[in-house]
Amino acid sequence: MSQNGIPDSGFQAPEQNARSSESGIRSPETGNRNPESALLEVRNLRTYFDTERGVARAVDGVSFEVRRGEILGIVGESGCGKSVTSLSIMRLVPEPPGRIVDGSSIRLRGEELTTATAKRMRQIRGNDIAMIFQEPMTSLNPVYTVGDQVAEALRLHRGMGRREARAEAVGVLRTVGVPNPEKRVDSYPHELSGGQRQRVMIGMALCCEPDLLVADEPTTALDVTIQAQILELLLELRDRLGMAVILITHDLGVVAEVCDRVAVMYAGQIVEQGTATQIFGEPRHPYTEGLLQSVPRLGEKAERLASIPGVVPAPTHWPVGCRFHDRCPYGWDRCVREHPPLLPTPDGRVSRCWLEKEPERRLDSPGFRALGAGEPVGADRERGVPRGTPADVDAHDREGNAR
Amino acid sequence: MTDRVVDETVREPGPAAPETATSDRAPGALARIVSLVLPGVGHVLAGHAFVGMWLVLLWGALLGSVWLGRDAIRAIGAAGSLDDWVALVTLAVGLLLVWGWAQRDLARADTRKAAIGDSQWRIAGRHLRRDPLALAGAAVMLGLYLVAVLAPFLAPYDPIAQGDIVATGFLSPSWEHWFGTDRFGRDVLTRMIYGARISLTIAFVAVTISIILGTLVGAAAGYFGGKIDGALMRFTDMVLAFPRLILLIMIVALFGASIPLIIIVLGLTQWPSSARLVRGEVLSLREREYIQAARALGYGSSRIVLRHLVPNVLAPVIVAATLGIGNTIVLEAGLSFLGLGVQPPTPSWGNMVADGGQSLIGAWWVATFPGLAIVVSVLAFNLLGDGLRDALDPRLRT
Repeated sequence: MSQNGIPDSGFQAPEQNARSSESGIRSPETGNRNPESALLEVRNLRTYFDTERGVARAVDGVSFEVRRGEILGIVGESGCGKSVTSLSIMRLVPEPPGRIVDGSSIRLRGEELTTATAKRMRQIRGNDIAMIFQEPMTSLNPVYTVGDQVAEALRLHRGMGRREARAEAVGVLRTVGVPNPEKRVDSYPHELSGGQRQRVMIGMALCCEPDLLVADEPTTALDVTIQAQILELLLELRDRLGMAVILITHDLGVVAEVCDRVAVMYAGQIVEQGTATQIFGEPRHPYTEGLLQSVPRLGEKAERLASIPGVVPAPTHWPVGCRFHDRCPYGWDRCVREHPPLLPTPDGRVSRCWLEKEPERRLDSPGFRALGAGEPVGADRERGVPRGTPADVDAHDREGNAR
Repeated sequence: MTDRVVDETVREPGPAAPETATSDRAPGALARIVSLVLPGVGHVLAGHAFVGMWLVLLWGALLGSVWLGRDAIRAIGAAGSLDDWVALVTLAVGLLLVWGWAQRDLARADTRKAAIGDSQWRIAGRHLRRDPLALAGAAVMLGLYLVAVLAPFLAPYDPIAQGDIVATGFLSPSWEHWFGTDRFGRDVLTRMIYGARISLTIAFVAVTISIILGTLVGAAAGYFGGKIDGALMRFTDMVLAFPRLILLIMIVALFGASIPLIIIVLGLTQWPSSARLVRGEVLSLREREYIQAARALGYGSSRIVLRHLVPNVLAPVIVAATLGIGNTIVLEAGLSFLGLGVQPPTPSWGNMVADGGQSLIGAWWVATFPGLAIVVSVLAFNLLGDGLRDALDPRLRT
């Protein structure tokens, strides 16, 4: 039984009224929300890991929702909690050491997943929520043919017979664009290229027509042309099946290409959330700004690429105050003292930054470009570049090697 | 080759040796007709010398057994024991299988697809083919098991009935008694053939028990981890900590020596090593993304362990089993040598060695030939095990 009294089985309409009162309080966190069409609602998700060095707060109060047919991008550097968020939704976080902290809520069509039984979760996985992974090289079982693997999912979730499932597996492979599916169905994974394996993975994930697909860096391991094909396929399948997609990636190009809305994560929290146009047109949070400036663009002069100094802090010791303050070019004393909440911006999104309260400070700082970027590459490397920038690190390396 | 798919994203199967190239040649009508009479020769004519050679060998061995056992086979109708019937059925089924498989394989040779569906087992098989030592081991192993099952047809004398001790005791090797006779006038060759039966059966069944048990325990411990892992592995350590020989001696002393008891005791004391092996493999396999993906698809734990993890640890398990059979043969021989295993008059290699040991000076043949049988069979299993390990582990391939 789920927390709010909705029985485990069946797919009845979500009880919107029962929910809207409590979730109404948090509405500024997600901006312009439309509860009528929310498929997945994540509220204050906190996933902690008990480690020897203390509690790692990998995901620390994340809230978002996904509507039917929508593609939500979750972006951020490595180690900021993207993957743990997705595993939490699937309830695949290894417990122990991981745990989803009380007070977290993940609702699929109104059904609470954080307290669902293991048996109910197995029904939901594959049927309602499917997931694809980053590494296509190892995400298929090497001892079975791809046809067997697709057929297994079909037999388990759709109750098909052996022959029927095999015939359907050919159809699934065709749907995801594997060439010559009648023959490929008998291939073993090692006989397929990475892109084809990812197609098979997508086919397996989608063969039961889930409402939500969680794609954890689905294109990271593929080369660019194949990336584009796989994204194209995801978009096409989204349109055809009307499913929602959570696309987790650190590739901003991918996000810009396919996502409707974007949530930027940093240090276990969402720092900015809005539509893709908003985020890419005019980033509000300094972290988003830094990420965007770190992307090389065609047609720009060969200048040193801007980057965010430092690395994501350890999840056992998030900084006090704003978690980004030690890497932020705008930071002032308030950022060190007070942890900013998600603040609404004038254009209706949210940003976790005190700049929303004191916008005039944005103009006072030159931003990320000043941090050693902007100078021509090469000649100026040795002189005048501030410490703590990649150029500086490079110079150190050189000296070290020369000695 | 006609239906090989050529698209740039599909990899060619890696080690497609010249054999596959020749095997795509369609066999002529002549080869097929010859094959009907002499399975294997057709293969040789069609260019599959390797498969053909094996078929000829097998076919020859089976036919030879029929010829050797012609008197015994004739007598079965009147007074056949269960043993005789088992042997007869094995012989008949073996002949039919070899013949039928030869025809089918030859007919399929021209339509066989080379490009798609090349499983890991087939790739390993191709590597094994190039390992002459392993093949020799496999041949000896196959021969031993054939001899063991067909014992009633192959053995020239009765293994247990004692002759006239004065007239036929301790006869040295001759044309009548290839390996001589022991002190009761029993033919050593006959007793070795029947002894192969006992020794190989004990080893095979005991290793099967230990492998199944070990795989299940190891897979469960590795996959579930945590407390289950702790409990199972501490239990495993406990079993490992028992001195095996002393445990065996104690149990035999308590309950008496019978073959089923020996099998069970050997099986139940050998599983910890395979459990540890499997657990180690599973620990690394369960972090693979296909196991994650299986969980993300909502598969249950038992399905993931039995269908997705176990087949992936099978390769090292098979190697361990093959090597384990060799070990168990030695262990059983040791037990029987000490008088704690198979009890006379039932022959086993171990108690034959013990028996002949007392008369080694005067009649060296009584202990030497069973001892050689132990050496040869253990060597065969070890060679095959090593070859299988090389073939099944891509990292060891050269």
